[in-house]
Amino acid sequence: MESKNILLIGVGGQGIVLASEIMSEFFKRQGYDVKKSEVHGMAQRGGIVSSHVRIGKKVYSPMIEKGKADIMLSFEKMEALRWLYYVKPDGIIVSSNVKMVPPIVSTGAFEYPEDVEDRILKERPDAKILDIVSALKELGNDKVTNVIMIGALSTMFDFEPEKWLEVIKEAVPKKVVDVNIKAFNKGRELMKN
Amino acid sequence: MKVLLSGNEAIARGAYEYGCVFASAYPGTPSTEILENVQHYKEITCQWSPNEKVATEVAIGASFAGARALCAMKHVGVNVAADPLMTLTYIGVKGGFVLVSADDPGMHSSQNEQDNRNYAKFAKIPVLEPSDSQEAKDFVGKAFEISERFDTPVILRMTTRTSHGKGLVEIGDRVEVDVKGFERDFSKYVALPMNARKRRVVVAEREKKLKDFAEETDLNVIEDGKGNVGFITCGISYVHLKEVLPDAPVLKIGMPYPLPIKKIKEFVSRFEKVIVVEELDPFIEEQIKAEGIKVYGKEYFPEIGEFSPEIVRNALVKAGVLKEENKVKAEDKAIPRPPVFCPGCPHLGIFYALKKAKAKIVTGDIGCYTLAAIKPFEMMDTCVCMGASIGNAIGMEKALGSGKGIAAVIGDSTFIHSGLTGLVEAVYNKSTVTIVISDNSITAMTGGQPDARTGWNCEGEPTGKMDFELVARAIGVEHVYVVDPTKMDETYKIVKRELEADHLSLIISQGPCVLYPQKVKREKFYTELENCTACAMCSKIGCQAIYRTMEKTEKGRFKWNIDTTLCTGCGLCIQMCKFDAIRPISRKGE
Repeated sequence: MESKNILLIGVGGQGIVLASEIMSEFFKRQGYDVKKSEVHGMAQRGGIVSSHVRIGKKVYSPMIEKGKADIMLSFEKMEALRWLYYVKPDGIIVSSNVKMVPPIVSTGAFEYPEDVEDRILKERPDAKILDIVSALKELGNDKVTNVIMIGALSTMFDFEPEKWLEVIKEAVPKKVVDVNIKAFNKGRELMKN
Repeated sequence: MKVLLSGNEAIARGAYEYGCVFASAYPGTPSTEILENVQHYKEITCQWSPNEKVATEVAIGASFAGARALCAMKHVGVNVAADPLMTLTYIGVKGGFVLVSADDPGMHSSQNEQDNRNYAKFAKIPVLEPSDSQEAKDFVGKAFEISERFDTPVILRMTTRTSHGKGLVEIGDRVEVDVKGFERDFSKYVALPMNARKRRVVVAEREKKLKDFAEETDLNVIEDGKGNVGFITCGISYVHLKEVLPDAPVLKIGMPYPLPIKKIKEFVSRFEKVIVVEELDPFIEEQIKAEGIKVYGKEYFPEIGEFSPEIVRNALVKAGVLKEENKVKAEDKAIPRPPVFCPGCPHLGIFYALKKAKAKIVTGDIGCYTLAAIKPFEMMDTCVCMGASIGNAIGMEKALGSGKGIAAVIGDSTFIHSGLTGLVEAVYNKSTVTIVISDNSITAMTGGQPDARTGWNCEGEPTGKMDFELVARAIGVEHVYVVDPTKMDETYKIVKRELEADHLSLIISQGPCVLYPQKVKREKFYTELENCTACAMCSKIGCQAIYRTMEKTEKGRFKWNIDTTLCTGCGLCIQMCKFDAIRPISRKGE
C-alpha cells in the first residue's frame, strides 16, 4: 500500500474541506489508514484554507512535512505559487486557473501578480494548470471546483471511477449529484490533456 | 466499525459511549465542535452557556446530582472557569466530571497560547492528553473512570491539531451510567473554611493515590524501539515524533499530571540519553528534572508555537539524533490574503461611522469585529480578552480625565459572556464613554452558535431573547440608542453626538450576520461603470465585494466595481455614491 501526502490549497468558501472529507472517506473505504488536518478559524472570512490528507498503511502525524507533499491540488492559482515549496521535487502539482483577488488589493498596498501561471511553470515545468474557469462555465455551476479536483486526483490512482463516485454521491446534496458527476468526469478529462 | 472523526467529534462520541448525560460549553476555537457534535446524541442534554464559568458551574451541578458531566471550552475559557474549578478540586465529584480544555499552540485563532496542563498541577488534579482521535474518544471514558474512582475533576487537554485533525476511530455502543442523585453532605459540598481545611488534606491524599495510579495505568506506555536515545513525549508531539523517527523507543505519557516518576526513572536508566518532546511549556520536563532525573528537552525544542513534523525533525538534528536533510526554503511568493469582513457584514456600518466620527480611542473585544483593528478600518486600538473593551474604555477615561471620543465595541455574545458587569461598572463609577454593542444576535466568529440574544437554544428550541435595551436601562444607563448600521447617516449622527456627549451612552447596532443562522437574501447592487467617476468613496466601507477595475476614467483614474456574486445587498455602498453609479440590480438595463 503506497503512502501519499495530499495537500489541498485554496480560499475560504471554495469547498476545500468537503473535498478533503470526500478523499479521506474514499481512501478509508479502500483500506487505507487516513489522517487529515486543517485549521479552522477565520478562514470563512476570505483567508487561506489548507488541508492536509495523509494516507498509507499506518499514518501518525496529521500534518505533511514541508517539502514532502506528493500531490498538491490548488483551487486558486496564486495559492499554488505560495505553497509550491511544500511539494516534493518529483511531486505532482495541479492548479486551477481561477484567480481570486484578495480584498487587500483594493487598499492599493498590493497588486495581484499578472504572470502567476508563468511563475508556477517556471519553477515547476511539470505543473498542470487546469482550465477550471471554462469548466465551471461549461458545467453551469461555480461551486464544483472541489469535485473537479477529485476527478483530477482520481487519475493518479488505480481505482475504478465508480468507487470515487459512490463517495461523492453520498457527500453532496441530492439536487446537485448530476452536476457533480459531470464535474468529476471533467476533472479526469482535463488531466488527460 | 471505523469512522473518520476529528478529535472534537471523537470527544462527543466518547461522551455518548461512556454514559455522559450532561454537557455544556461556551463556543471558542478550537473547542466549538465538541458540543456541536454532542448535540446529535439525544441521550445527552446539552447547552451553550453564557460563558465558561457558568458552563463549568452547571456541569458541576450535574455531577453533584450524580450524573456524568462534561464541559468544553478553549484554553482561555479555562481562565474564566478557573474560579469554580479551583474549589471543585477540594469538593470532588459525584458523577464523573470532565473539563475539556482545547489549547491553541501557535495561536491560530487566539490571543495567547497558554499551556493548560499547568492548570492540572495548579488544581492538583489529573490531566489526560490524547495524541489522536481514537485516543480522544478512549480518554473520555478513562477520564470519567478516574474522576469517579478518585473523587476528582479531570482535565482532558486537546490542542488545535488533536481537536481539528481527523483520524479513524473504532466506535462502540453507549453504556448507560445511572444518575445517582444528590445526597446532602455538608462537609463535602459546602466549601466553608472549616470544611475546606479538611478537604485540603483530602486533596493531598488523593494526589498521592493518583501518583501511584500513574505508575500502573495504561495511559502511560513504553514502546520499545531501536537506538540508545529514549524519548518521553505526549499528545500531538508523539505522532510527529513517530512520523520522523518511527523506531524510536518511547515512553508515551497519556497523563502528564501527575507523572509516573518510578516508571520514568526506570525508562531513563535504559538509555544513554533521554529527550522530552513536548509542545509549549517544559511541563513534563521540569517535573522530571525536579526529581533529580537527567533528561533533555527544551535545549533542542522550541517553547513557542505549534509543533510540526519538521520542527521535531530540526530539533532532532540539533540533538544529534538525526542527520540534516536539505532544508526546504519557505519563501512567500504570493501577496498576503488576510481575513476580512464578509460582504455586507453589519459590523461594517458601525465601524465606518466610528471612523467618520473620528473616535479618538476604540477599545475592542473578541469576535469577528476584531478585524476592524486591521486594514482597511484600523479602528480598534485594544483587544485583551472577552469583555475587556468596556473596562478598558473606563480605565482610559479615568486616566485621561475625559471619556469624550472614547468608545468600546463589543459583540452580543461577548457582551453576554463578560460585558454585562463592565456595563454595571460604567454606571456605578460614573463613566461617560460610549459603549457600542455590535449586535448580530449570534456567535458568528465560531460558526454561528446561538446565544441568549438569538431566540433559540442549542437544541433549536425557541427560548427567551435577551433585550439589551431593557437590561441597560435596568442597570441605570440613561442614554440607550438602537441603530441600524446599514442606515449610514442616522448611525453616524448618533455615534458622533454620543462620542462628544458628557454622559455614558450605549449604542446597540443591530443587523443580521450575513452567514448565520442562514445566508441573508437581499437585493444585490451593481455598478453602472459609465457613471463611475473613480471617486473611490464606495471603497471606503471596507466591503470585499467592491474592487478596483482596470478601466480608467478620462482623467486616468481606475473605476470601481461590485462583484455581484459576493454582494449581499446591505446597501452601504449606494449611500456612498453621489453619481448614480451604484444601483439595485433590478434597475440593470434601464
